[in-house]
Amino acid sequence: MSEPADLVVVGAGPAGMAAAATALAGGVRVVLLDSQAALGGQYWRHPPEHARALVATDDLHHGLRRYRALCQALAAHRTTGRLDLRLGHHAWSVVREDDGFAVHAVDRREAPRETALVLRAPRLLVATGAYDRQLPFPGWDVPGVLTVGGLQALLKGGGVAAGSRVALGGTGPFLLPVAAGLAARGVEVVAVCEAAHPRAWLRHPGPLLRNPGKWAEGAGYAAALLRHRVPVRPRTAIVAAAGGARVTSVRIASLAPDGSPRPGTERRVEVDAVGVGWGFAPQLDLLVPLGCALTDSADGNAVVAVDGGQRTTVPGVYAAGETCGVGGAALAVNEGRLAARSILADLGAGPLPVNGRPAAPRSAVTRQRAFARAMALAHPLPPAWPSWLTDETVVCRCEEVSAGAIRTARAEGAHDHRQVKQLTRAGMGWCQGRMCGPAVHCLTARGRAYEPAERLVATPVTLGALADLDETPPAPPAPPVPPVPPASTADGETDKECP
Amino acid sequence: MTLKVVVVGAGVVGAACAFHAASAGLDVTVTDRGPVGAGTTSRGEGNVLLSDKEPGPELDLARLSRTLWDEVGGELGPDTFELEAKGGLVVASGPEGLAALQEFAARQEAAGVRAERVDRVRDLEPHLAPGLPGGVHYPQDAQVQPVLAAAALLRAAVRHGARFRQGEVAGAVTGRDGRVTGVRTAAGEVLPADAVVNAAGTWGGEVGRRLGAPVEVLPRRGFVLVTEPLPPMVRHKVYSADYVAGVASSDAGLETSCVVEGTRGGTILIGASRERVGFDTTMNTAVVTRLAAQACRLFPFLRGVHLMRAYRGFRPYCPDHLPVVGPDPRVPGVVHACGHEGAGIGLAPATGALVTAHLLGRPWRGADPAAHTGLLPDRFLTPGGAPQ
Ligand SMILES: Cc1cc2nc3c(=O)[nH]c(=O)nc-3n(C[C@H](O)[C@H](O)[C@H](O)COP(=O)(O)OP(=O)(O)OC[C@H]3O[C@@H](n4cnc5c(N)ncnc54)[C@H](O)[C@@H]3O)c2cc1C
Ligand SMILES: Cc1cc2nc3c(=O)[nH]c(=O)nc-3n(C[C@H](O)[C@H](O)[C@H](O)COP(=O)(O)OP(=O)(O)OC[C@H]3O[C@@H](n4cnc5c(N)ncnc54)[C@H](O)[C@@H]3O)c2cc1C
Repeated sequence: MSEPADLVVVGAGPAGMAAAATALAGGVRVVLLDSQAALGGQYWRHPPEHARALVATDDLHHGLRRYRALCQALAAHRTTGRLDLRLGHHAWSVVREDDGFAVHAVDRREAPRETALVLRAPRLLVATGAYDRQLPFPGWDVPGVLTVGGLQALLKGGGVAAGSRVALGGTGPFLLPVAAGLAARGVEVVAVCEAAHPRAWLRHPGPLLRNPGKWAEGAGYAAALLRHRVPVRPRTAIVAAAGGARVTSVRIASLAPDGSPRPGTERRVEVDAVGVGWGFAPQLDLLVPLGCALTDSADGNAVVAVDGGQRTTVPGVYAAGETCGVGGAALAVNEGRLAARSILADLGAGPLPVNGRPAAPRSAVTRQRAFARAMALAHPLPPAWPSWLTDETVVCRCEEVSAGAIRTARAEGAHDHRQVKQLTRAGMGWCQGRMCGPAVHCLTARGRAYEPAERLVATPVTLGALADLDETPPAPPAPPVPPVPPASTADGETDKECP
Repeated sequence: MTLKVVVVGAGVVGAACAFHAASAGLDVTVTDRGPVGAGTTSRGEGNVLLSDKEPGPELDLARLSRTLWDEVGGELGPDTFELEAKGGLVVASGPEGLAALQEFAARQEAAGVRAERVDRVRDLEPHLAPGLPGGVHYPQDAQVQPVLAAAALLRAAVRHGARFRQGEVAGAVTGRDGRVTGVRTAAGEVLPADAVVNAAGTWGGEVGRRLGAPVEVLPRRGFVLVTEPLPPMVRHKVYSADYVAGVASSDAGLETSCVVEGTRGGTILIGASRERVGFDTTMNTAVVTRLAAQACRLFPFLRGVHLMRAYRGFRPYCPDHLPVVGPDPRVPGVVHACGHEGAGIGLAPATGALVTAHLLGRPWRGADPAAHTGLLPDRFLTPGGAPQ
């Protein structure tokens, strides 16, 4: 792209794709980058383009029509030169500059070679999604114990089933599509252990009733699971896993209302793979160092605070999708569109061409957010989960810090995960606390929302790539350009709510 | 009657003050608005260096401190805070730099520092870049893990009878003679005190002001890079001779001169930049890429190693780049112990001993107030008692 961009979008999941398509439809120039090799994010994860013909994954997906429409819209704008699409590019830092933002990225298309580069624009949208929230339990570090998100990524991204006898555990409706996907690939799903009680939903019936689409989605998965005879067991949890080179069994227990295992209910089940997921933690690594304010969400996580137009508290920075709280792909798409509309308005780009349909992403977002909240409240972390841990259970796997060491640090006055990190090294390793942070937080600061530690480096980068960047002379600053007038065609991007 | 001492700040300096004062039998209360070691101490690299110091008051304190770190290690167990006497290697990048470095080292030797000329630096550090003309090995340079050190010192102080409480200090209570009789917290409590130690690090200027004894302490930003964990590749603290110039400089702009060292966890630390930008917390990617480039020039194998994280902190510095340690003549009872800039970890034990000596009115553990007059706050005060 020869002319400077008006907007950089980081993350090409449902939120980032929708935002980019809407912004392009509004006539601005966009850079869209994602660390993955294909568009789609977590929900629409696909094998890389060159491998698609070999790996059939369509039947695992929902809403593929929308995905394809977005892909087409983006492809059209690549042809016109207004979209600079950069897959295989991971942003490691974003900094504010005089007239906008500099996104520092590494190009990993020719991995392991890495090239560092800088992408600049006056506006920034962060749609980096979320990652699995994990809780440790004895044996969770045995090979073959994965996150449900990891299981799903293997399946959707490579057509790979992680095992032939799989137990799933944790909480939240996202366990169901994964179980259904595995079953569809002939995997025997021996149990789906849902820690919550189904009645918990009844405490917040309003949002449920106002989101019939979600009912249908849930009912669809339930029917699929019934068909494959997958047992869904409410108020149970996988409290231990065992095995040597590979997991061979799990222990499943019924839970008392506080989440502690009911004595005498534990039973051993043979498996060759396990998937565990306790909801998601938003990926805020780029937003926190920029100074964007956070706010508490109902699931115990801090999320980025946005106004009714997806603007963060830092002027010029917008956020959409799971960075604003977990709520599913439909919400992510609508937030992406809403963010793009704000960006167009703030750039003075004039009104969006409307396809004859009234535009109402904001009310959809409000309604879907309420649903997400009800969902989070119905699927809390079981308060007594730490009772599953022995003092020897490893909590931080990178640095091999045990639950006992963390309890000692707490007894010595450490009252959050940052302090525990300084005293025990928990969270100092390769994953930088992405895996153990929420758990360490729960072990030390129960009751407060989990705010991730500030990470100035969002993904590990080779020093050589950074050194080369230092050696390159800086490019002269680009002159500001007036916003491009809106395109007359609407490129198939409508503002109807995503189902 | 035992002297009641309130130490403001539970960084490594405050913890060391509490450790020595409590060991000497004083009645010690440490108060911090946060947990132990969460301030600049958690941002430091933990270098205990003699090699970077010019002969003068700071080197005198550093030499005592080096001895006292060994004593603390003997008493608390060196592993509790990862004390490692690994030695430093300063390398020159060209013949001129080597001559300057050797001249600097000769002056340090005259002041009692052990310094050994090295012609073939790769004998000591096999992974250094080829073609470096030589350097100086400083066997006394050591390393500690700063937060563990602060926590261990504070724990030991508590074993000697000290108390730790959380609370922000808002001001001093003084008697009719102007002497301190207590410390007021933001929550409105009063902690009775015959003496108050200002060990508030980068916030020492503000705490001094609140106590009625302002001193000028300013922030100097620094970034540190941390790599992925590796098998041992770097044995010493290795840095280029430019570092010596960077430390002594008072330029306002950015300076980077990297120090490369391995840690017990296997990570390699690359630090640190120096910028005077106030308390600006924003990321500076130019600093990160510059440090990376410098480190790769020293150790080419680092090109393929991942940067895993970066962090930054604000070194507390006084206008003359020396710490301020000793009683403030304006408010009897106030003793300063702050402004250690990029050396507060290394200087902590000697600072604690020196503060204790001032409180006792006699030498303590080798710290004689008469030998460290260059650090007194008086240097900033006119005869009338106001900051110059
Ligand atoms: C196991 C599982 C099951 C689910 N089931 C359902 C379901 O049945 N129904 C439903 O509606 N939702 C479901 N979801 C949730 C759905 O996946 C998310 O709501 C949706 O993907 C969120 O979209 P997003 O665009 O916010 O983030 P994501 O889809 O997570 O996309 C974020 C993108 O940002 C990229 N990225 C992140 N950081 C960087 C960086 N620093 N540099 C470059 N790129 C970066 C990532 O590679 C990713 O592609 C499920 C999720 C999981 C994990
Ligand atoms: C990037 C970087 C690298 C460094 N590397 C090294 C190194 O290798 N070697 C070395 O020796 N030094 C190094 N330093 C310097 C070193 O970190 C500092 O000199 C040292 O930590 C100062 O310790 P302190 O105890 O004085 O301050 P701090 O650790 O900041 O402690 C001061 C405490 O006072 C508390 N406080 C402040 N105001 C109040 C109040 N009103 N009431 C109550 N409590 C209050 C704070 O909460 C804080 O805990 C480095 C610094 C940086 C930034």
